[in-house]
Amino acid sequence: MSNTKVIVGLGSCGLAAGAGKVYDELFRIREADKLDFELKKTSCIGMCFKEPLVEIIDESGSYMYGEVDIKKADEIVEKHIVNLSPVKEYIVQSDTFESPFKNYFEGQVKIALRNCGFIDPESIEDYEARNGYKAIKKIAEEKISVQDVIKTVLDSGLRGRGGGGFPTGLKWKFANNSTSKIKYIICNADEGDPGAFMDRSILEGDPHSVLEGMIIGAYAIGATEGVIYCRAEYPLAVKRLNIALKQAREKGYLGKDILGIEGFDLDIYVKEGAGAFVCGEETALIASVEGERGMPRKRPPFPAVSGLWKQPTNINNVETYANVPWIIIKGAQAFAKYGTEKSKGTKVFALTGKIKYGGLVEVPMGVSIRDIVYKLGGGITGDKKFKAVQLGGPSGGCIPEYLSDTLVDYDSVTATGAIMGSGGMVVMDETTCMVDIARFFLDFTCKESCGKCTFCRLGTKRMLEILTRITNGEGKEGDIEKLEELAVKIKDGSLCGLGQTAPNPVLTTIKYFRDEYEAHIRDKKCPALNCKKLLTYEVISENCTGCMVCKKNCPSNAIEGEKKQVHFIKQELCIKCGECFTRCKFNAIKVF
Amino acid sequence: MRIERIEKQPEVKELITEQKIDLKLLDPLIKRLSHKKGNLIPLLQGTQDIFGYIPPDALKYISDELGLKMTDMYGVVTFYAQFKLKPVGKYIIRVCHGTACHVQNADKISDDLKTFLEVKDGDTTVDGIFTLESVACLGCCSLAPVMMIGDDTFGKLTGKKAVDVVKEIRRKENLSADENLTKNTISTINLTKVLKAGKKAGN
Repeated sequence: MSNTKVIVGLGSCGLAAGAGKVYDELFRIREADKLDFELKKTSCIGMCFKEPLVEIIDESGSYMYGEVDIKKADEIVEKHIVNLSPVKEYIVQSDTFESPFKNYFEGQVKIALRNCGFIDPESIEDYEARNGYKAIKKIAEEKISVQDVIKTVLDSGLRGRGGGGFPTGLKWKFANNSTSKIKYIICNADEGDPGAFMDRSILEGDPHSVLEGMIIGAYAIGATEGVIYCRAEYPLAVKRLNIALKQAREKGYLGKDILGIEGFDLDIYVKEGAGAFVCGEETALIASVEGERGMPRKRPPFPAVSGLWKQPTNINNVETYANVPWIIIKGAQAFAKYGTEKSKGTKVFALTGKIKYGGLVEVPMGVSIRDIVYKLGGGITGDKKFKAVQLGGPSGGCIPEYLSDTLVDYDSVTATGAIMGSGGMVVMDETTCMVDIARFFLDFTCKESCGKCTFCRLGTKRMLEILTRITNGEGKEGDIEKLEELAVKIKDGSLCGLGQTAPNPVLTTIKYFRDEYEAHIRDKKCPALNCKKLLTYEVISENCTGCMVCKKNCPSNAIEGEKKQVHFIKQELCIKCGECFTRCKFNAIKVF
Repeated sequence: MRIERIEKQPEVKELITEQKIDLKLLDPLIKRLSHKKGNLIPLLQGTQDIFGYIPPDALKYISDELGLKMTDMYGVVTFYAQFKLKPVGKYIIRVCHGTACHVQNADKISDDLKTFLEVKDGDTTVDGIFTLESVACLGCCSLAPVMMIGDDTFGKLTGKKAVDVVKEIRRKENLSADENLTKNTISTINLTKVLKAGKKAGN
């Protein structure tokens, strides 16, 4: 067997882009031509904008090929593997020469994602080969006490990566302090924020790191049973988790007296969610695991005292657990070296929206938003004007371009009115309407409100109605003030994080983009040219050649004009679909 | 709260009287889960895996077998977006409306599909082939805008591309329908009746 390895990225994104077919093709060629190379699967490599990705590692170095389809796969095998000459024009990253995307990788520090894209997620041996299960072995061999494990996590400064930012070590300490025979450890993998896929990538790409984190957590708090509450929308993650659990049981990482630690018994199982955003809230999640409607409960008592089945329970997010084994092996200081004073370590972001190089990036806490957008992300698609980033999904807010020197750490982001959230970073350009974005998120939270608290149930609905009216050109004076008033009441009158943060998208957009709200309300105009009902389409007579393309394609017959004559749009019939604008080849339609 | 899902009840009733459902299919599932704590959601998920939706008769059956309250079960079914109380088409089209897709004009995809399929969001086409849904996020944000049909994901869409994908599936379906005429006609007739009844009830 030669030393040439061919690795295909088969995460959800890759599969969506056609990586499955590429893998099959590579397999077929290898068998048909009796070629000598090792074909391996991995999960998300992080460079989502170049999917499907195929990496070839041979004696001369490593070469990552991007946007590979079946045809390119054939060509790459032919040239690179058979004739040993890499196909430079398809290579997106290599250690042998400088690639155009080197900034994308150089700005990153991979801790939570340390194995993603390197290992076959369905192979426990691959994980073990990269220090996998070394942390729990270290605890067993060196007989590290529960208190020392908690202290290490506390000293590392690790805070909850699901968005709350509560110190993980402290959470463990509380759960450890509760006395009970039965305790539970739960992994919150109900990643519901639209625009976020970090947890999915970790679960699909490196499920064992999450399991090991949970095992260490269970040791620290004294849990006997673990639950991974995973979104049902992530079938691949559920599948890979179940494979990983089976392997971990076989190898004795789960079971009785784990690794010889007397009395340390633990089993973990996966519980599939059923599609409710509010179940990301820990008390709602517990209700859902118990088989009820996922409605939050009043705290205190906190889950650390009375959680699942009224027993002490510790809940952390996927990314939080994935960091833990690394911290135990490398030590608290190695982790605390990265980041700012109060936010240590790294954070994974799902970089999406109007960005050139979208994907999964892990950066040290404390880099600026501008650096993430421009250095890593390569800037705005089509070199349009950068307007804002949305952080924290429906609970977060929009940070405008002029504040993009804000550092990403829990406290700086909170100071802008947004929240760090779970790590969705959606980049917006000048064509994104901020009122519409606020309406979009309110539409989401309004639907996802569980209905328990009146202000959340009805207040979000009223806010949505006002926002919808504004985007339809029916805004009235006083609407902005009414939104602000409702926002405060919803925040005060809600039991859980969903309601308490639901107004954030509205408040931040009012704070930073009040002029856009005013333009909608007073001038009945959408400056971003996004809100359909506020647009006017007109023919620019100097440019119109009378080609009749717009007339033929107008679905409402609103365009009149003879051949080779200047055309005319009847405003009363125009439904503002924009068809004429996209079809016109002569820039003869203007929209304002 | 997703109140609109509760209002669509009449359609379901109508179907139950027309389609015979083999409730015995639920027995292995009930047996496997009967002794587990917090088994309601897995039971409902299993039921939906079997029938494609949750027939009210199945709720009644499970309730009788396990002594779970119908009210609790109905509460849970209507709470979670995953559960469907009415039958769905052969292919479920899930158009992603996550943030990344929204800013890349996912509305246009939904609008064009609605026009082409002549359905409202959440409804099933008259031929019973497609159900159109909007979902919050499929997690393929870098390929936005995205839709999923069955287990296949389609990325970097435009309205036209989305319609082309659906057209192609319908063409293939119609071809195989000709070969398999009898079987498909029966289910199609049932579904058509139901949908019409539902529309009337809605008015």
